Amino acid sequence: MSTASSDRAIITDSLGVGLATGAYGVSFGALATAAGMSIWQACAMSLLMFTGASQFAYVGVIASGGSPLAGAVTSVLLGGRNLFYGLSLARLLDVRGWRRPLAAQLVIDESTAMAVTRPTAHQARLAFYWTGGAVFVLWNLFTFLGALAGTAIGDPRDFGLDAAVGAAFLALLWPRLDSAITRGVAILAAAIALGLVPLSPAGVPIIVGGGLALLAGLLLQKRAGAHDD
Amino acid sequence: MTELWIGLLLTAAGCYVLKLAGLSLPARVLDHPWTVRAAALIPVALLGALVAVQVVGDGSALTIDARMLALVVAGVLLWWRMPFLVVVGAAAASAAFLRLLT
Repeated sequence: MSTASSDRAIITDSLGVGLATGAYGVSFGALATAAGMSIWQACAMSLLMFTGASQFAYVGVIASGGSPLAGAVTSVLLGGRNLFYGLSLARLLDVRGWRRPLAAQLVIDESTAMAVTRPTAHQARLAFYWTGGAVFVLWNLFTFLGALAGTAIGDPRDFGLDAAVGAAFLALLWPRLDSAITRGVAILAAAIALGLVPLSPAGVPIIVGGGLALLAGLLLQKRAGAHDD
Repeated sequence: MTELWIGLLLTAAGCYVLKLAGLSLPARVLDHPWTVRAAALIPVALLGALVAVQVVGDGSALTIDARMLALVVAGVLLWWRMPFLVVVGAAAASAAFLRLLT
């Protein structure tokens, strides 16, 4: 009995996360069309990329005048964390054969967070598939609605949509600013990127600023680690 | 338009390969401490740069405008632990309102 009820609780929680996360597909859809993408491009991104931060990054680089290539590099680098999510999920999910390529598309922040904390593999799988599935369906649905709304409203600047992109990035960044090193890396990346804006083509400041700050962060962490030993 | 599609499909392919590789690669390949640390810091570094360029960048110039107000509003709401949609919605509304006034 207790197993059945805790299973139900996991499914309820997963659907809740799916709804909360999926709903902000509205903002993605609206921002994508505001950046000059078509409704179909916005929908294709949610369907095929299906990883929020990368999608926002691609749109953000395009919106600030960067090339699709610069957008792609930034976006794929951001998607790199899914590699490590997959790694921590692999043993829990133990998914093989034709199911693995399907399960892979559901590897995102939310499905991983909901799955990796479960005490049993059964519960981890339940949380992963219900969360990932719910987010997938709702994220795509809300992207379409947001893109429709975005193309219907006229000049997106009148609605502050260009300003909403920065807010969305800050909201994605916020939970990661949990140590002095991460805060330092974020500020350094911002400072280098801004310094490069007048000097380099759009998109480049993000990649170079992010890259140099990452390097500095790694070296700092290594020194901090050495002190601990 | 075509370039946007090509970039989009490249990105989608890249993101998908990363997801599939995570489920498929043997753990020891990715267990190196440097790789683990880099994985945690990459989103922080890129998002930090993205926030800055998105808010202050204006072509090849730097401009302070309604987007900065929106960012401050977003920061305050995040501090108060408001959900994503509230943060983004309020940020957009504050920028729209400021532009209406000026």
